[in-house]
Amino acid sequence: MTDTALADPEVGGEDNDSAESSALAAGLRGLRLPTVAVGLAAVAGGILLIVSGENPLSVYWSILDESFLSGSGIGRTLEKATPMVMGGLAVAFAFKAGLFNIGGQGQLLLGAAFAAWVGYNFDLPLVVHLPLAMVVGGLVAALLGAIVGALKAYRGAHEVITTIMFNFVAGNLTDYLVSRDGPWNDPDGGAIARTPRIRDSAIIPTYGDIPIGFFIACGFAFLIWWLLNKTTFGFEIVTTGANKHAARYAGIGVNRIIILTMAISAFLAGIGGAIQSQGLFGRFEASNNAGLGFDGITIALLARTNPIAVIPAAILIGGLNASTTRLQQDFRIEPEVVSILQALILFFVAAPSVVRWLVRWKAIGDEEAIQLTGGWGA
Amino acid sequence: MSRLLEMKGLTKRFGPVLACDNVDLKLDAGEIVGLLGENGAGKSTLVKMLFGIYEPDAGEIYFDGQLADIEGPGDAIAQGIGMVHQHFQLVPPLTVAENIMLGAEVVPEGGPGSVVGVMNMAAAEERVLELSKRFGLKVDPSAVVEDLPVGVQQRVEILKALNRGARLLILDEPTAVLTPKETDELLKVMRSLADTGVGIIFITHKLREVLAVTDRVTVLRNGKYIGSAETAESTQQSLAEMMVGRSVVLRVEKGTAHPGSSVLEVRDLRVRDDRGSAAVQGMSFDVREGEILGIAGVEGNGQRELVEAITGIRHSESGAILFGGIDMTNATPREVSEWGVAHIPENREKDGLVDNYSVADNMVLNTYFKEPFASRGIRVVDAIRKWASKLIEKFDVRPRTITSPVKSLSGGNKQKVIVARELSAENKLIVASQPTRGVDVGSIEFIHNQLVHQRDKGRAVLLVSAELDEILSLSDRVAVVYEGRVVAELDGATATREEIGLLMAGGSASEAAVS
Ligand SMILES: Nc1ncnc2c1ncn2[C@@H]1O[C@H](COP(=O)(O)OP(=O)(O)OP(=O)(O)O)[C@@H](O)[C@H]1O
Ligand SMILES: [Mg+2]
Repeated sequence: MTDTALADPEVGGEDNDSAESSALAAGLRGLRLPTVAVGLAAVAGGILLIVSGENPLSVYWSILDESFLSGSGIGRTLEKATPMVMGGLAVAFAFKAGLFNIGGQGQLLLGAAFAAWVGYNFDLPLVVHLPLAMVVGGLVAALLGAIVGALKAYRGAHEVITTIMFNFVAGNLTDYLVSRDGPWNDPDGGAIARTPRIRDSAIIPTYGDIPIGFFIACGFAFLIWWLLNKTTFGFEIVTTGANKHAARYAGIGVNRIIILTMAISAFLAGIGGAIQSQGLFGRFEASNNAGLGFDGITIALLARTNPIAVIPAAILIGGLNASTTRLQQDFRIEPEVVSILQALILFFVAAPSVVRWLVRWKAIGDEEAIQLTGGWGA
Repeated sequence: MSRLLEMKGLTKRFGPVLACDNVDLKLDAGEIVGLLGENGAGKSTLVKMLFGIYEPDAGEIYFDGQLADIEGPGDAIAQGIGMVHQHFQLVPPLTVAENIMLGAEVVPEGGPGSVVGVMNMAAAEERVLELSKRFGLKVDPSAVVEDLPVGVQQRVEILKALNRGARLLILDEPTAVLTPKETDELLKVMRSLADTGVGIIFITHKLREVLAVTDRVTVLRNGKYIGSAETAESTQQSLAEMMVGRSVVLRVEKGTAHPGSSVLEVRDLRVRDDRGSAAVQGMSFDVREGEILGIAGVEGNGQRELVEAITGIRHSESGAILFGGIDMTNATPREVSEWGVAHIPENREKDGLVDNYSVADNMVLNTYFKEPFASRGIRVVDAIRKWASKLIEKFDVRPRTITSPVKSLSGGNKQKVIVARELSAENKLIVASQPTRGVDVGSIEFIHNQLVHQRDKGRAVLLVSAELDEILSLSDRVAVVYEGRVVAELDGATATREEIGLLMAGGSASEAAVS
């Protein structure tokens, strides 16, 4: 440390290039584990299929053929993938702030129900009606998320507990709203608990076989990526998730960030529900959305919480789900087999050390290990 | 004495950084070797290879004359190598005996207990007592670890290693967390351990300790072996030069202070600690423009809570904190820093840095939202990188890459990142808590000069330090704290080590004056 060290020499320049390339390298390295995990799951699932007397190659070919190789197949796959993208984003986004949102199911239901209500109840021009229905659905879910965030920030209530409880609240509330005695019940629906049809001005169209809602979801994925990586708000969120003490030291309002993050996370899940109602079913029907919110956790894990990677992860899982009918027809394979495949993928992604041990791949990173939630007191 | 350890040609590379380059180290039984070197010289990396935490890229380790194959810490322990980490590996709610026996439990033979492995506590405590007597390390086996002071916890760590039969002990900056008194006790313990034949590798940045306890020193610089010297033939000056490669001014050169008006006024402040008991119990003092006020005191006498209250991190119960005459009691951290307060926090990993972030992002950790680092809520990466590049040059952060994560930096270089960030912004008051903890001599010189430079620019500096030498060489005035109160305010130019030492220990001002 000589005196010359005190001068301010011109620096920079070459550091930038290496930064770009290392970011790219890190991105590629991030792909390694999920890819290997999917491969290992295919092998393990193959063994299972052989044991049950099927030829795994023809089963896998059927999945590919059914879900990815025809226009209508791709359409069906993307339909399934759309709420998964939104649900996966919701989980991944919350995770950046160190929060585990497993209330995606309830938030999705609220979004789906309220979007449907705006959709059938008002008569507005399309440019207003369609986005308004989505936004109302998202905002009602966001309100729920904000309550969860506030309970965490000011009362220390763990978000895993509160989001699970709110899943019941949201589920029963939406059930009631569309039930026979509920205010939103479809009088023409007979015994079916559902809302009336959404007006055309609020319906998200399809382009040929391709649902436009999927591209809306992809738009959100890029928006969230940009928010997290390019904005000061994103920096505050990630800092809070990485080190709460340092965030406080840096002047970040940690409580505010927790509430906002939870609200935005729930908003994303709510939008997922709105797209279901406005794009797929044309109404809200209580029994249509069972379990969808929980797929978000799978997707977020598979994408290693990267907002962009959520898209291919959702397409993969969506494609698997879209093939269940065909598998049943061709092979008499129960849909549960697809669930097993999904579970295997998740297992290998969530346990990098198992993968490392199986493929003797030392480089598969400790640095990649994901911990989805902190201690219960945190 | 017999040769206990010989490391030959050890080499370890982390990406572009050659952390250890063909390093040799020898150690006899019963010998204490000081391992010295600047921040990032490769000291921790070298001992981590010995303890099996890192796998060497090249080189051989001979332990007891045999080529040793150390695959992991478990192997190292089994072969008789023990290491005391800076972050203790103890289970806080368990007792001393339970901690020491963890992994090597005493189980009654025969009896029903042996089947399920029920621990024989009485036997365990007896064994701990016996160990503690044999090596002269005083501990109460039934005390609960979390209630013990840091110095005693460290003793438990050492006993744990000895219980596993360690004949070689690695101590990586053990004194960084100790009070002066605890340090003296540790040095005594090290000597007596060496007398029983244990070999010790001792890493520290404090040359006084090196001269007091080691037999020999080995110096690394930039990952390379520079040389060894007999301690008896060395001085602080000669060791510092060997480490840095140039002559070092060990005394701070500073002119007289020209204090102006008060920047910080603390009035009858009361603050509670995490457990809710009173930590700051009615403190009052002023810091003026152009002066350094040193807060001297044994750690745990309210300094941490005081600093956190001033910087807005902790709630003040009563009293007042004024910046430039404005009441800022219980302002938010953002309001405090916007007013113009820089803060070098005591716990750098916890508060001052985000370990996973790059050096660049850490350089703007609390200014990320300001021009030119952000514009209308969008981060301006080029401006951040330029700024960070400038700071790592100016503050000599090594290695010179702004994109590597801070967690890959050596301890001292982490500290330099914080110091660089906090002293480079425009501020009126600098609150510096243990600013040179874990920092090498050359960098201490640099940080001290920077603090004096800030003072000469008319800024107010509040220095909190457990290092008496640091307090004495920097402060224009010294406030001694004891049990949450300021017990004396002294003139920095005339205060003596003995006087402050006595006041810190709870002696009265009159006693101190007599001594
Ligand atoms: N896990 C790691 N990954 C990447 N680089 C590392 C890692 N560990 C250490 N380094 C680098 O290796 C060099 C030596 O680091 P080391 O921690 O051994 O230094 P040190 O001599 O202990 O310094 P200090 O006195 O500051 O503790 C530094 O440049 C550091 O940045
Ligand atoms: Mg070190």
